[in-house]
Amino acid sequence: MTALKFSRKHLGIPYALFMAMFVIFPLLLIIYYAFTDPETGGLSFINFIDFFTSNANLTALFMSFALAILTTVICLLIAYPAAYILARTNINKNGVMLLLFILPMWINFVLRTAAMKELLYKLGMFNSNNMSFINTLIGMVYDYLPFTILPIYTVLEKLDKNVLEASADLGATGIQTLFKVTIPLSMPGIVSAITMVLLPTMTSYVVSDTLGNGNITIIGKLIENQFSVMYNWNAGSAIAMILLVLIFATMIVTGKFSEEDSTDARGGGLW
Amino acid sequence: MVKKFFQHGYIWLVLAFLYAPIILLAVYSFNNSQIIGQWSDEWSFDLYKQLFSSSDLMTTVVNTLVLAFVSSIISTILGTMGAIGMFYSKKRVRETLNTVTQIPVINAEIVTAISTALVCTMFAFGRTYVSLLIGHVILTFPFVVLNVTPKLKQMDKNLYEAALDLGATPTQALFKVIIPQVLPGIFSGFLIAITLSLDDYIITTFTKPATFDTISTFVFDAYAKGGRSADVPALRALSTIIFAVIIIMLIVKNVIASKGQAKNGGRK
Repeated sequence: MTALKFSRKHLGIPYALFMAMFVIFPLLLIIYYAFTDPETGGLSFINFIDFFTSNANLTALFMSFALAILTTVICLLIAYPAAYILARTNINKNGVMLLLFILPMWINFVLRTAAMKELLYKLGMFNSNNMSFINTLIGMVYDYLPFTILPIYTVLEKLDKNVLEASADLGATGIQTLFKVTIPLSMPGIVSAITMVLLPTMTSYVVSDTLGNGNITIIGKLIENQFSVMYNWNAGSAIAMILLVLIFATMIVTGKFSEEDSTDARGGGLW
Repeated sequence: MVKKFFQHGYIWLVLAFLYAPIILLAVYSFNNSQIIGQWSDEWSFDLYKQLFSSSDLMTTVVNTLVLAFVSSIISTILGTMGAIGMFYSKKRVRETLNTVTQIPVINAEIVTAISTALVCTMFAFGRTYVSLLIGHVILTFPFVVLNVTPKLKQMDKNLYEAALDLGATPTQALFKVIIPQVLPGIFSGFLIAITLSLDDYIITTFTKPATFDTISTFVFDAYAKGGRSADVPALRALSTIIFAVIIIMLIVKNVIASKGQAKNGGRK
């Protein structure tokens, strides 16, 4: 028998073991708990039936979608012109302007949300309960805006100037060039921005808990509730699994799973 | 001219939205009023004194920094091993491992958080510092892999073979040839890991021991759960310091980067 000789690829073995134990196995556990009856311990769909027959849960699901879609659309509407101006005019000559836009990304997310609460408080936005939704929406747009600007800027900045000139030469007006050339060519940046905002706004309950005055429940909060308050791991896992299915569906639609640099978005441009 | 006016106006408007809350906090950190918006008397450093004399807050800050540092070191070692191991594996192995590496990035943080908590409970060490470390490593290691892999691609393939031909053992070749070549990638992966760890709330809250607090969990408890302790105003001072430190770090980094650029004839 030959002695085990060290080779570079052997470094992947502890890595694969770590991932098997802490990435794959946990997901299998979630699936196992989701399909287990909390009382009998047998295989059942009861957790899913419970979820889809509860009005409170369906309201939270609807609220998550509403907040996520509104936040994404508003972020894109604010970010696209900003990214366009930064990328295509000389306002960002020395890179300082872009830096100013992405600098908030380094400040603790919870601290930023707390700062927004103080500002909204000062503006009198916490005087009535009807403001909970709008406050949460403002907070979410505020928190995710830098993450939307960066990917769109990156794409627009690389855009070939000749293509835009060709469009003008061929008789397109400025508006036509924007909608028929610039926006279609910046789709990768837009898609990347959407995936950065859509999922966290549905699941990260930091903003809705801080700014929602207890009136805004999103799907992430439901999971937290089942685990930390109700101690019902099965129901919590079932909601997590519904979320996993949604994530997987989004991945297929946006084709991100195959893209090599898909992880770029969250931390890539940061340092 | 008008167009330029509107463009600049728009940019400054968006920036005002992004910075208004932060500036408000910073201004009110130099005043000892309990509530923002009620300016009491005069400028003062009381909140800064309170920050540095509150043992709760100081423990929290130290906890956060130590956790970020230790978990990022582990992540960096693990991620670098993974990146090198995957890069030199067979295509099918590489692609499978690569897909699994993406899972924590794509997955919702809450799902990662509860599943890590489930596993840690199952392995019977419950919510301890170990589970917290594991949670943060899961959150950050994919970003180390992502930063090291491009450097491996750029590296000259023959360097490693040359080292072996010249009599280096594979271990020596790894530490004397491959690691130095990919060091910039390892370093930027480490920095991203630190940033993400400092920022995290959800994974922390599900894996931490009950009495342990990071800045995120402390602030969240104060602002969202309504437990406004006497230390809350001092958080303004803390935010202002964090903000100042980040600005200084970025300026230093940019100065170094632009000097480096000038040296390399403007090439990145």
